[in-house]
Amino acid sequence: MIRVQRDIFDIGKEIETLTNGRTDIGAVVSFTGLVRDFNDGTKVTGLSLEHYPGMTERELSKIEDDARERWNLQDCLIIHRYGDMALGEPIVLVITASPHRQDAFEAAHFLMDWLKTKAPFWKQEMNASGETNWVKERESDLKAAKRWNSDS
Amino acid sequence: MKILYFAWLKTKLQMTEETIPWSEECPDTDSLVRWMKTRGPTFAEVFSDLEVVRVAVNQEYITGNTALKNEDEVAFFPPVTGG
Repeated sequence: MIRVQRDIFDIGKEIETLTNGRTDIGAVVSFTGLVRDFNDGTKVTGLSLEHYPGMTERELSKIEDDARERWNLQDCLIIHRYGDMALGEPIVLVITASPHRQDAFEAAHFLMDWLKTKAPFWKQEMNASGETNWVKERESDLKAAKRWNSDS
Repeated sequence: MKILYFAWLKTKLQMTEETIPWSEECPDTDSLVRWMKTRGPTFAEVFSDLEVVRVAVNQEYITGNTALKNEDEVAFFPPVTGG
């Protein structure tokens, strides 16, 4: 399942909802991305995320389908926020559930690497002097995503 | 055709979207980009380095020149930075 929303989310509640009443799940892995107070050596005071409504949901669904094809997943949830966010707030959540840990670990890693280079979101950082800057893509993110290509 | 701009392209062009009637001069994405560059200095600057501009047609990434129809939605945006 995928969700694109402005509102903050509760990681514990999301895991609880996903696993509640199920006895077949053996492993749950979650990754949460947070707004941090620095980037490339510069102090960051806030973050704003723009997205492409419609295409964002399509891309995230495709990424989820890819993960479900590659690994034995019993459930999968991607939540990505947009709009203004304060320092320390969560931006993105990926939860994977599988009978054994390896599938859940690898699928969560894959989902994050792929959504970082495919899902149409753009970060804008605010700094202490009130300036806003569009964040540039990272070479390391591209490399991380490419790693999963050689597996296919 | 509905044209959408995101992130720094939107900021520089001071426009989020516009509608352009389909014409024989712009039957595909390559010719549309060439036409964009002729629309003034700001457009020329925004479309000067195509390495940093991604194109989507009807909410799908395109990998090469793509034919366009009047009802298409074309989006121009920088490499994504979510997550």
